[in-house]
Amino acid sequence: MDEMRFEQPTSVNAAVKLLTGAQGVAKVLNGGTDLLVQMRADVVAPNLIVDIKKIAEMKVIRKEKGGFRIGASVSGAELGEHPELPKVWPGVVEATELIGSTQVQGRATMVGNLCNASPGADSVPAMIAAGALAAIAGPNGKREVPVEQIPVSPGRTSLAKGEFVTSIFLPKRAKKSGDAYLRFIPRTEMDIAVVGCGISLSLDKSGTVTAARVALGAVAPTALLVEDAANAIIGTKLDDSALDALAAAASAACRPIDDKRGTKEFRIKIAGVLARRVALIARDRALQN
Amino acid sequence: MARHHVSTNVNGDNVEFLCDTEQSLLDCLRNELHMTGTKEGCGTGDCGACSVMLDGRLVCSCLVLGVEVEGKEIQTIEGMAQGDELHPLQRNFLDHAALQCGICTPGFLIAARALLERNPDPTETEVRFWLAGNLCRCTGYDKIVRAVMDTAAELRANA
Repeated sequence: MDEMRFEQPTSVNAAVKLLTGAQGVAKVLNGGTDLLVQMRADVVAPNLIVDIKKIAEMKVIRKEKGGFRIGASVSGAELGEHPELPKVWPGVVEATELIGSTQVQGRATMVGNLCNASPGADSVPAMIAAGALAAIAGPNGKREVPVEQIPVSPGRTSLAKGEFVTSIFLPKRAKKSGDAYLRFIPRTEMDIAVVGCGISLSLDKSGTVTAARVALGAVAPTALLVEDAANAIIGTKLDDSALDALAAAASAACRPIDDKRGTKEFRIKIAGVLARRVALIARDRALQN
Repeated sequence: MARHHVSTNVNGDNVEFLCDTEQSLLDCLRNELHMTGTKEGCGTGDCGACSVMLDGRLVCSCLVLGVEVEGKEIQTIEGMAQGDELHPLQRNFLDHAALQCGICTPGFLIAARALLERNPDPTETEVRFWLAGNLCRCTGYDKIVRAVMDTAAELRANA
């Protein structure tokens, strides 16, 4: 077996240089909760591992333009313990906290969840609904893209050689806004989504939805931003007919597979059921702020 | 390339070991430092048998590389009893027969201590959710949950 080189750069530029110059397979090590499992299963055999956790800015959550910038290495546990963020983006935080056990929460990150590119990743629909941006560093400098542009198919991302995601940006919240995430699993804890749904919405003074984003997970090769579902509730007060239209649009957007977790038919139906429930939770939260 | 030389702190003692990149912290604890109290169950982060504290955070040591712990503080089951005096959790696990084969026990004890340090008065639901990442195939969990709840009550009474 080839030697497996291990580096812990202390700057983003140094990490980019290592990843860009790597011979063979180079992997970013962040929380490690996916990478170490893949290494153990011989799914990946990296020639180079670049641990980004020694880069100071990776571990920081800071306010920026009224929103939050979350460093790539901030764990689920750290996200949930932040004094403000869970109040502003409860859906994003609850989705991230659904990933794995207490032990996994001590290490796992939103950025890792995004870049692992599993269709069932819990934090991803919530981030998409939130309009989150992923900041990327690479050999051609820095760029920022909507998170939904990172996964392209199961296990594959749009990141070019030498690039890695350095942070997630959650934008400033309008007043009377709320978000939520629910997933269906056949147990109460420690499972992978059969369907996941994240919704973020804003209300005006009368309670009418003025803006909404609806995202679904585990019903297509990547998490989906479903504009038709958002359009079904914008301009409404989430009355029954609007919720029916939301559920129908969510179900219509699904392109699922049959697998051991659920059938196509089940996933399509559940996507609508979840969208309806999530929209009502998001609305209740919006009414409280 | 030479093996990595790692200096770290385990249960308050400064220790050093050599490891290859692909060796997990669990592997290093057991096979380089010969501290075999931490158990390997699944090796993929699902069972919690390898739970340790890493800089005050509960983690699966099978999901950490040994080379990552340079300069860090680790707490394992070997540091739980003080000499011959068992930690109250250890004593209550024995009193409640909260173990049979014992493979999951070190992980449960480390995880339960982490819970009680941050939440001295957990509900049964909170105990069950916190420990959801620790699997036990022998006890059916009830005895473990009762041992943790009783320990919490005992620690509160003595606080």
